[in-house]
Amino acid sequence: MFDQSPSRLPALPGVGFKARHYGAILEDAGPVGWLEIHAENYMGDGGRPIAMLRRLAERFPVSVHGVGLSIGGEGALDRAHLARLRDLCDWLQPASFSEHLAWSTHDSAYFNDLLPLPYTSATLDRVVSHVGQVQDALGRQMLLENPSSYLSFDESEMTETAFLREVARRSGCGLLLDVNNVFVSAVNLGLDPRAYVQDFPLETVGEIHLGGHDEDEDDAGRPLLIDSHGREVADPVWALLDEVLTLSGPKPLLIEWDNDLPDWPVLAAEAARAGAALQRAAA
Amino acid sequence: MSPPTQADFRTAMLRPEAPVPEGLGNGHGGPAGRRFAVYRNNVAVGLTEAVVEGFPTLRALLGEDNLRALAAPFLRAHPPSSPLMFRYGAALPGFLRSFQPLAHMGYLPDVARLDLARRESYHAADATPLDPARLAAIPPADLARARLGLAPSLRVVRSAWPLWQIWQLAHHDGPPPRPVAEDILITRPGFDPTAHHLPAGGAGFLDALGQGRSAEAASEAALAEAPDADLPALLGLLLKSGALTSLEIPT
Repeated sequence: MFDQSPSRLPALPGVGFKARHYGAILEDAGPVGWLEIHAENYMGDGGRPIAMLRRLAERFPVSVHGVGLSIGGEGALDRAHLARLRDLCDWLQPASFSEHLAWSTHDSAYFNDLLPLPYTSATLDRVVSHVGQVQDALGRQMLLENPSSYLSFDESEMTETAFLREVARRSGCGLLLDVNNVFVSAVNLGLDPRAYVQDFPLETVGEIHLGGHDEDEDDAGRPLLIDSHGREVADPVWALLDEVLTLSGPKPLLIEWDNDLPDWPVLAAEAARAGAALQRAAA
Repeated sequence: MSPPTQADFRTAMLRPEAPVPEGLGNGHGGPAGRRFAVYRNNVAVGLTEAVVEGFPTLRALLGEDNLRALAAPFLRAHPPSSPLMFRYGAALPGFLRSFQPLAHMGYLPDVARLDLARRESYHAADATPLDPARLAAIPPADLARARLGLAPSLRVVRSAWPLWQIWQLAHHDGPPPRPVAEDILITRPGFDPTAHHLPAGGAGFLDALGQGRSAEAASEAALAEAPDADLPALLGLLLKSGALTSLEIPT
């Protein structure tokens, strides 16, 4: 049906592309072997964003990461948006396409966040159906990313790992494992992050994400971590990554930094740290 | 107690005073409580940033803190209807028209339209500007019949306010505006939208060209709008600014 390998990205460090790093990346990308873009930022008709992307795509494998498709939405997928994704993938021919296990659109209102889902059989049926529609529309396998959780649903019937394993099995999609999200969710909901990654279907993983989080606390004074993507990856997340890579072997490994953007050398240093982790895993 | 629906989330998302939907926990056996506010906060912060980044002229005139304060009621009344955040804010001019606290600054809706037009221009399709030498080589009789194509990135913002002077004041400093109606032309020869003062008659001229009418018909439209319109100067501005992309003489 689709290319069976979960992604055509190289098992190297990548970074989320930001326009302010354009010149530096073209001059010397350092350890960075590929780039990821947020699909929705490249859906204009032309101008600088698309010109930059065309140039970068000549030099680097590109991963298209959608943030607005609302795959977990109760309503039908937005056909116009799906068509825009297809157009982008058609001209860009990215090495990978990924989206989130989340929802963001309801009754035509779009919330610019990744909102949570209950893990029930009804949600599972819906997500499997939506993933199938995306893969049919794009003519390629997609990767689905685990969310960062701040709360839980009383109605949930299964664990997140069991849910994602079933989505992958039934839809044929691959998975994107965000190790920071695992850590954030585990701390927030009192789960064991090591048990989570041990239970994760790593053979389906086509890409790994790493990003920084902020520390806050909830009403009861318990730690509440926020997936903010505005700083360096935290040490315990690097440690958890090593455990993942020991089990999975090297994978395409992305540093996400979306807010309070650093100068290029800071981001390149994070990518170098990711490169070192990949080398340890390959040894 | 029925499980929370996405409609429940939607209702609670944009209203800080609304109760947290039921059926949500903290993972430790208790209710979700303030944890729900993480989502509310993410949405409000993201949309506020989109307004602050997307309306630089409003920001310059109002100050960033005041624009943030304006964004709060706006994003509750008009959450995005599309995941393309670079288009967010199309409803802001209309919102400003009925926003009483700023009613004394009646030109703000036009300023918001100007910022939206610049953003549209930034993301519009690329096109190569018309070489002025091509126009110069056309016999006058043919020129009258010519159809001139407009750049996809061209935008005209008409205003009953001195919008050009307000724009200058906001971004480059300038004297207090004199009370005249001023239109603005936005073009994008490369990647950066550029604003120009569009003299009287210019909007009528461009509107006619945009409808596929001839240069002569467009000139008549300009003169109907402004009898003293300086057509050669207007054409010079359009050529210099990259507003025109094609020239076709119908056979």
